[in-house]
Amino acid sequence: MTTANWVQLVVSLGVVFAVAPFLAKFMTRVFEGERHILSFLAPVERGIYRITGVSAKQEMNWKQYLAALLVFNAFGFISLMALLMTQEWLPLNPAHIPNMSWHLALNTAVSFMTNTNWQSYNGEVSASYLSQMAGLAVHNFLSAATGMAAALALIRGIRNKASEGENSTGYRAPLGNFWVDITRTTLYVFIPLSIILTIFLLSQGVVQNFSSYVHGITLEGKDQILPMGPAASQIAIKQLGSNGGGFFGVNSAHPFENPTPFSNFLEWIAILLVPVAIPFVFGRMVKDKSQGRALFAAKTAVFAIGMVVVLVAELGLNTMTGGHGSMEGKEVRFGIPASAMWAEATTVVSNGSVNAMHDSFSPLGGMIPLINIMLGEIIYGGVGAGMYGMLVFVFITVFFAGLMVGRTPEYIGKKIESREVQLSVLAIIGQTVMILFLAAIAVVTKAGLAGLNNQGPHGLSEILYAYSSTIGNNGSAFAGLTVNMVFYNVTLAFAMLVGRFVVIVPVLAIAGSLGAKTPIPPSVGTFATNNTTFVVLLIITIIILAGLNFFPALTLGPILEHFLMLKGMVF
Amino acid sequence: MRKEIRLWSFPILSRAVGMAFLKLDPRKEIRNPVMFMVWVGSIFISAVFIAGVLQGVFDGFNLQIAIWLWFTVLFANFSESMAEIQGKARADALRAMRTKTIARRLLPNGKEESVPSAQLRLGDRVVCETGDVIPGDGEVVEGIASVDESAITGESAPVIRESGGDRSAVTGGTKVISDRIVVRITAEQGKTFVDRLIGLVENATRQKTPGEIALLILLSAFSIIFLAAVGTLWFFSDYSVKQSGTSAFITTAVLFALLVCLIPTTIGGLLSAIGISSVSKLIKKNVLALSGRAVDAAGDIDVMLLDKTGTVTLGNRMASAFYPAKGVQENALAEAALLASLADETPEGRSIVNLARRNYPIKAGSMTEIGGRFVPFSAKTRMSGIDFQDSKKSIRKGAAEAVKDWVRSAGGSFPVEVASKVSEISAEGGTPLAVARNNEVLGVVYLKDVVKGGIKDRLLHLRKMGIRSIMITGDNPLTAATIAAEAGVDDYIAEATPQAKLERIRAEQKSGHLVAMIGDGTNDAPALAQADVGVAMSSGTQVAREAGNMVDLDSNPTKLIDIVEVGKEQLMTRGALTTFSIANDVAKFFAILPAMFLGLYAVAGGIGPLWALNVMKLASPQSAVLSAVIFNALIIVALIPLALRGVRYRAIGAIRILRRNLLVYGVGGIIAPFVGIKAIDLLVHAIGLA
Repeated sequence: MTTANWVQLVVSLGVVFAVAPFLAKFMTRVFEGERHILSFLAPVERGIYRITGVSAKQEMNWKQYLAALLVFNAFGFISLMALLMTQEWLPLNPAHIPNMSWHLALNTAVSFMTNTNWQSYNGEVSASYLSQMAGLAVHNFLSAATGMAAALALIRGIRNKASEGENSTGYRAPLGNFWVDITRTTLYVFIPLSIILTIFLLSQGVVQNFSSYVHGITLEGKDQILPMGPAASQIAIKQLGSNGGGFFGVNSAHPFENPTPFSNFLEWIAILLVPVAIPFVFGRMVKDKSQGRALFAAKTAVFAIGMVVVLVAELGLNTMTGGHGSMEGKEVRFGIPASAMWAEATTVVSNGSVNAMHDSFSPLGGMIPLINIMLGEIIYGGVGAGMYGMLVFVFITVFFAGLMVGRTPEYIGKKIESREVQLSVLAIIGQTVMILFLAAIAVVTKAGLAGLNNQGPHGLSEILYAYSSTIGNNGSAFAGLTVNMVFYNVTLAFAMLVGRFVVIVPVLAIAGSLGAKTPIPPSVGTFATNNTTFVVLLIITIIILAGLNFFPALTLGPILEHFLMLKGMVF
Repeated sequence: MRKEIRLWSFPILSRAVGMAFLKLDPRKEIRNPVMFMVWVGSIFISAVFIAGVLQGVFDGFNLQIAIWLWFTVLFANFSESMAEIQGKARADALRAMRTKTIARRLLPNGKEESVPSAQLRLGDRVVCETGDVIPGDGEVVEGIASVDESAITGESAPVIRESGGDRSAVTGGTKVISDRIVVRITAEQGKTFVDRLIGLVENATRQKTPGEIALLILLSAFSIIFLAAVGTLWFFSDYSVKQSGTSAFITTAVLFALLVCLIPTTIGGLLSAIGISSVSKLIKKNVLALSGRAVDAAGDIDVMLLDKTGTVTLGNRMASAFYPAKGVQENALAEAALLASLADETPEGRSIVNLARRNYPIKAGSMTEIGGRFVPFSAKTRMSGIDFQDSKKSIRKGAAEAVKDWVRSAGGSFPVEVASKVSEISAEGGTPLAVARNNEVLGVVYLKDVVKGGIKDRLLHLRKMGIRSIMITGDNPLTAATIAAEAGVDDYIAEATPQAKLERIRAEQKSGHLVAMIGDGTNDAPALAQADVGVAMSSGTQVAREAGNMVDLDSNPTKLIDIVEVGKEQLMTRGALTTFSIANDVAKFFAILPAMFLGLYAVAGGIGPLWALNVMKLASPQSAVLSAVIFNALIIVALIPLALRGVRYRAIGAIRILRRNLLVYGVGGIIAPFVGIKAIDLLVHAIGLA
């Protein structure tokens, strides 16, 4: 790495880590309904409740909260699918883009509802401006807010005293109000941040217009179509809300999405900012900041390990280029370190936007993003999703720790008992088993193999990556796999639904069960969860529980490819 | 009863082996999903082997894998058998007590009839005299007797059982060694205390505890995940084989071998043994856990309620000082008190004699020598004393009010300074006993509650374990505070009624604590039932014993420390073995995966690139798989002693325990199989098994 690379890495990380705690303070005030600098927007918030008929004071128990979340998502899914299948006849379609096929519309609608933003579609050829703005961009906000809401419900479950609910609202274990949570998250957090980022991106040359595509003749005399559209506004929320679905097909590698190293720098920060801030929000909301810091530390440690491996792998491990880094699949304006940094960031956060093709990374360099996703998108993770996903692992870790010290464990005063362990296990098992299961189907069926553009272990990596990415609700693709076909559109849509709801449902059930428990005062035997030992144990648990199961599959994918590369064989 | 059973002896081992085979019954195996998977694998690979033989192919590798998978199941069963045998030996001894005795049933008309004990019904009244074996559980409704309970408690000293009060419960099978009592039968045949014990130690009625269930679910989840990982590996391998045009060493035997190695068989196989041995461990400490759930809860106890009398203090008040009235020699007071107490067999009386004899130069012979006649205590006079026939001298000791009346009636007066001393002693929490001779008040004896020796240390130990102690007493707040301070309890409830005890337990539970209650009396029963761990003293009433979920046969209240330790050790043993089991998987991956894919992308029959993962340098693919399976089976046997003994608990704080156990069982669990598998591989290769 050159000095400039080091400066880039340190400054980028420095900005994220410096800003996140302040953002967390602001977000906490928003979620708690306290006064904050954007409180002047409160009339807008009240107006929204009045129009929609939401009674903001009403607390929900976990079943009501879940019901609201599911209804909201179902409505979003149906309306988006309808929009995508009728866009040809609707306004704002200067490029005359046809309606999407049912399976592509299904895949895309699920993809945006679940905050995955997997792109079976190709923005410039299959989505109209209306679909992009009224469909995809709206869901970029709402799916991120949904994830945040589920996390808030779980945090309140950990924090609340059962008796509070019984007295004030008549509900056991009140978890807040879903409608209020998504409204506040969108109105006070994502819209303002998006506006700021959009302005910066415009300054760098990201397009924002309703023009028709521009046709031109290149120097070589060939026809070229330059796609246009309201990109900047959508890209801001795509990065901030851990969405990642590009306005254009090649995503953030496209010069109209991510034109300059500076826009790259800003977008990289935007990817990490909110997910990094959320552990601090957690610490503040449970009234013990050290708990938030501990989770932040665990996430950051795994993030750092991955970052080192990717950088080393991309800069020097590639024997095919004589030990020099490989520029294949990377944009010249970003270079190797910025591409590797992006790959690490976009996969630890379930963002999924790419500024380089992970498919072209060295085998081990490509394995790290894959592992990041396989761990369940909890190393920072998606907005909200990374928090509740992490807490599921915390519960299991705490259960182990309790066994090791001879005491039924508690986390922040709440006993973690059989029910919580069962539900946590369910949340993890569903994802892991489904990734392996769907990938196994794909590698032995004609339909599955039909999408492969690469052979050997590399092809296996591509398929594993596709299902990991969709189940992890990440949405980035390894590239090299053709997926716009019935088999992949449908199985991947199924994977995205499993990845989202087989986690959210148990998580909200845990929130309900924890919320109904009386907090236990700490005693000598209490096992502290805000120290290094716990952080280390948490990391080990994550690696063993989420990682070990993939070891056999990875052996036949990137690991085998690595050994073959050493023998001079590539795919 | 208490004699240790030598576990690793031939008769016991051979019996355990036999039981291990009987446990292969699928209805038994399915209760443990982890081991059930191994069981299915054993059957499957055996079938594959037999099918091969029928077709004329003898596959020695399959046979060996099948054998070792069977061993894995059998070893797990064996561990459970060993734990059960520990308990069974005791159950057999208990059963011997249940031998048919002839009971002397009282008929309504007052006559007796002889019936076999098996025919006794609830509510029957039976007579037991010296030498009789008490025919069933019951309550003494008449009389007092000393009873030999050594058959249950192992304690050779006989205990007193009397009607009324807190020592009325008797257990069937124990023997009356003096006097006569009438016992009302309170338990039906087959449901007696001894029957419950037998059921418990024989594992027949042992329910899985919530903690055990939670862990089993987690282990099953691990197993399902690994099942998915191994099952899909077959597909991924198929893909790789087709893509490369080379081969892989993937047979059903190898896949099952990998699966069995990965799923947590070590803890899965030993889980049940850990649970049984915890109950046995308590029995060894003379505590009967009537539910496994209570053992689970015991590890979590953080508040303990204990009765003052007999727990914090010695059961009775002891004389600790003499305070003479003005003009009376201390010696004279001591002598008078001594004389008044010579024939007094109450503990208070004896303590006065002891104090006087020890600290004052008094010469006094026996009652006959001094020619006195003892006047026993009665509820009416509230005094006891002595009358001398020759000198017409009388000495009385008793409650200040009673003595005052007695002196006044003889024309004397009660001195002011004595009266003030009386109220002073009361204020300090002691009991004043006035002593008078004829019409003269000699002074006051200070009777004091004596805190048991060592109780302070025990309570300190509890505090280090994170347990807060609350003393319950019927005394006034002042007395309670004095004793609480002296004994070092954290809190106390004075003037406690059964209701107050119950409320306190509910309040503690509501604020999230797990409460242990130790009691013996009938009035403790509601509290014992409400507490998470209710330890009834064996000497207590039948009602109390029914209400609690543990019975302490030694009637030693500080036994709770042992109970808590056993509970914690049970959890820790589970945790340690789970960690060890999962940590083992790393090495097994490195043994089996390269073996499976040795041929993948191999050029012209050479070695494929993935053999580079064979970091242990195992001899061959077959030997690698076999060694991993053998290690996996043998480690269960190797850890049986640990499962039965348990991981030691030390009150050194949660974080230090965690670090220690992580290091031993986590890091150790990663390293051990690398060494073990390599060693087995060398052996397997040397003797040519693979």
